[in-house]
Amino acid sequence: MELYEYSALELQKLLKAKKCSATELTQSVFARIDTVEPKLEAYITLTKDNALKQAAKIDDKFSKGENAGALAGIPIGIKDNICTDGVLTTCGSKILYNFVPPYDATVIEKLKAAGAVFTGKLNMDEFAMGSSCENSYYKKTHNPHDILRVPGGSSGGSAAAVAAGEAVLALGSDTGGSIRQPAALCGVVGLKPTYSTVSRYGLVAFASSLDQIGSFGRTVGDAALLYDAIKGYDSLDATSAAREYFNIADKLDGNVKGLKIGIPAEYFGEGVDSEIKLMVLKAAKELENLGAQLINISLPSTDYALSAYYIIACAEASSNLARFDGVKYGYRAENYENLVDMYERSRSEGFGTEVKRRIMLGTFVLSSGYYDAYYKKAKLTQNRIAAEFTAAFKECDIILTPTSPVTAFKIGDRFDDPLAMYAADICTVPVNIAGLPAVSLPCGKLSGLPVGMQLIGSKFSEQTILNAGFAYERSCGEYGNVAKI
Amino acid sequence: MMDYEIVVGLEVHAELSTQSKIYCSCKNEFGAQVNTRCCPICTGLPGTLPTLNKKVVESAARMGFALNCSINRICKQDRKNYFYPDLPKAYQISQFDVPLCEYGFVDVLFNGSEKRIGITRIHIEEDAGKLLHGDSFSGSLVDFNRCGVPLIEIVSEPDMRSAAEAKAYLDTIKSILECLDISDCKMQEGSIRCDVNVSVRPMGSKVLGTRCEMKNVNSFNGASHAIECEAKRQIEIIENGGVIVQETRRWDDDKGMSFTMRSKEDAQDYRYFPEPDLRTIVLEEEYLKLLAASIPELPNKKRIRYMNEFGLSEFDAGLLTENLDKANFFEECTAKGLVQPKNLANWLTGDVTRSLNEKNISLNASNLTPAKIVRLVELIEKGIISNTAGKTVLEEIFATGGEPEDIVREKALSQVSDTAELEAIVKKVLLDNQKSVADYRSGKSNAAGFLVGQCMRASAGKANPQMIRELLIRLLEE
Repeated sequence: MELYEYSALELQKLLKAKKCSATELTQSVFARIDTVEPKLEAYITLTKDNALKQAAKIDDKFSKGENAGALAGIPIGIKDNICTDGVLTTCGSKILYNFVPPYDATVIEKLKAAGAVFTGKLNMDEFAMGSSCENSYYKKTHNPHDILRVPGGSSGGSAAAVAAGEAVLALGSDTGGSIRQPAALCGVVGLKPTYSTVSRYGLVAFASSLDQIGSFGRTVGDAALLYDAIKGYDSLDATSAAREYFNIADKLDGNVKGLKIGIPAEYFGEGVDSEIKLMVLKAAKELENLGAQLINISLPSTDYALSAYYIIACAEASSNLARFDGVKYGYRAENYENLVDMYERSRSEGFGTEVKRRIMLGTFVLSSGYYDAYYKKAKLTQNRIAAEFTAAFKECDIILTPTSPVTAFKIGDRFDDPLAMYAADICTVPVNIAGLPAVSLPCGKLSGLPVGMQLIGSKFSEQTILNAGFAYERSCGEYGNVAKI
Repeated sequence: MMDYEIVVGLEVHAELSTQSKIYCSCKNEFGAQVNTRCCPICTGLPGTLPTLNKKVVESAARMGFALNCSINRICKQDRKNYFYPDLPKAYQISQFDVPLCEYGFVDVLFNGSEKRIGITRIHIEEDAGKLLHGDSFSGSLVDFNRCGVPLIEIVSEPDMRSAAEAKAYLDTIKSILECLDISDCKMQEGSIRCDVNVSVRPMGSKVLGTRCEMKNVNSFNGASHAIECEAKRQIEIIENGGVIVQETRRWDDDKGMSFTMRSKEDAQDYRYFPEPDLRTIVLEEEYLKLLAASIPELPNKKRIRYMNEFGLSEFDAGLLTENLDKANFFEECTAKGLVQPKNLANWLTGDVTRSLNEKNISLNASNLTPAKIVRLVELIEKGIISNTAGKTVLEEIFATGGEPEDIVREKALSQVSDTAELEAIVKKVLLDNQKSVADYRSGKSNAAGFLVGQCMRASAGKANPQMIRELLIRLLEE
């Protein structure tokens, strides 16, 4: 087995036992990148030189017996909407084609302190808007299980890189499913934490009240390990939760005896492929065999979640993206007649179609005369959806659903049909609306394409959902394998 | 020809003098080199987030108490969205429908009586940057230093009825801001700005006319001027049978006129929505009680009290309450109860202030103490020294910090107030100046002044001038 194929937890043991060095590990990952990147196109920017420098420092610390950090020497890829000091950060957009942040996101600072090695910046749908990675200005990433298909989005690059061994771990962001859906389509584990448990300082904002940075790994333990390193209160993020945080990775025991698992009827309806439903229910049965209890529940407002989501997310996005005006940094149109013309041209030329679509939608729902009918109503619906989850969690501990209604579709299939594209999010969006934690983990393959199941928990219950995921993973095997390309 | 009433409402923006900006830890400081007092947060770089400076809420709430507002214990911040190069995020974080303070009032001293002006609301928000236009550059340059400087916006009810009243209101607001020490109110540095809303209506009408908003008013005098010109403009339109268009106008102080900026149709839709990056502001009862208790006696109230308690004129009371040190000093003096407050006031606002200005020192830094000035005024009131001698004593106190009595003795400044002695002097002068006596008796009353002068000379300046004058007139009339 090549070094790049191991999980982070396994690599920690190898590094400690000096069976390999951080430098060797980094070189192995970059050799893998050299081999498969032309087919996958997961990266926008590679930072090999820096990575080797970081690895060398870690090896030096190891040799001196110094504490090198919880993730010392582990190669990690970063989604390109997370600000990295001195390293190009494009958000997959032309409008930030030359934007080099002068500061690190809080999660990056934490990972640096933990001794992580950064492999580069990963491809994504422009400004995190999309479910296929086809909305990137720079390139379309390909699914490692079938390169003619999409990896999902918007964290498509992150999911594909981890699935293919181009990184051991990766950071993504999830606003409506952007970590979980690509995780499902690429057959890896993707965790969206409870809103407020991971600092958003340095994450280029899409929808401020929904965005969260989360972790990708090939195993549940790996996703937990990365989450442990990035979670925590941050005084620079006013929405950050000031509470006690406990590490999870070292507490996973896979014990699900007596765990009540809610199966919501609304997530197993017409919109989801029937074979996927069967596969996910089979996985639920597996957990039942391990001692959990399956309970039928209902979340009646699920149908409204998608509309509420698009209204809220687009409204906030229309405001968050207004700062990209060609004045201070990024793309400015070459020819313009006056200030307004400069704004219009720069933004029209710099933004892609989907981004423009959502900005216009968001501007409309906030405009005078329409605010009450759309934005205000969506926020009220949000309360209702959140309340239904709260009520459901009185009857069960976690909720189990499919992650994606379909397996990976072919590149180009849904690109011209925005509503069809939006429908890819029906199982994941309600979770963001309610601010809950959720993890997607592989539960089988259909015609060689991965299927993911989603475990949703109540607020701050990452431990519970990850432990249930670990229980399933341990019993079903076939985990952590790098895709053959 | 109809009589018209002018209706004025004012929106004052004051920069708070906190250490840091409102949403980041940049230093809140005027006059630094361009783009040196900014950071990724206040320049709105992608990924950055605001965090609220608590001192800003504290200052705004204190102003709310000072203006008799009710403080909203729970309030929020909202995004006001619009594009302009000096606004890096393309939205300003402000407060829309639930401001920090509402429903207040302030009593303004105007033409000798108090008038109550309603305060609609006070809210907190961030300032934008500055655009600079140069000759060597055909566009505009942006300085972001001012981005994120904390502002409070104080909106008045349309209760003012003249430009002069508006100016009195502005002076009062400024004095309160200074008294609470929450803004340095330097109009020339832009730390206090004002938008003016003016409408007119026939005298006696209860219906408000259409109002126009005037921006770019850069001084309190400018506000006055703008109000007068705008009222005139509106009255002319009405008199000519026209209708006032509701609009925002740009005031040009140099030209003495205003120009249309945008009409109601072009009015900006700011698409306000609650700021998702910030939490609700929640103020505890105990905290608010502490703040309310921290409000000192405000200048406008103090001024009225001085007029009533000490019998001072509006003008003198105003001078004394201009700054807290002077007012406190004055009250320490009057507390001793030994001299007439009016005389103390005259000395403090007159010679003392002039001398301090010349020396460029503050009252507290000088050698003058309440005890010393009281003693000085006592000596004059008792006729022991003349007013003129008093000035000499004052300068000596400033110079050496000596006691007034010691100085009078050392410099032999005490005046002669003995009637017999003075009568002798007067009689001699009358004898020596027969022509002047004759002049006076033939109607030239100025001659008396000359004769008083002669008496003062004869006494080497030591005679009590009032007594001399009285004696002289009496003897001349005989």
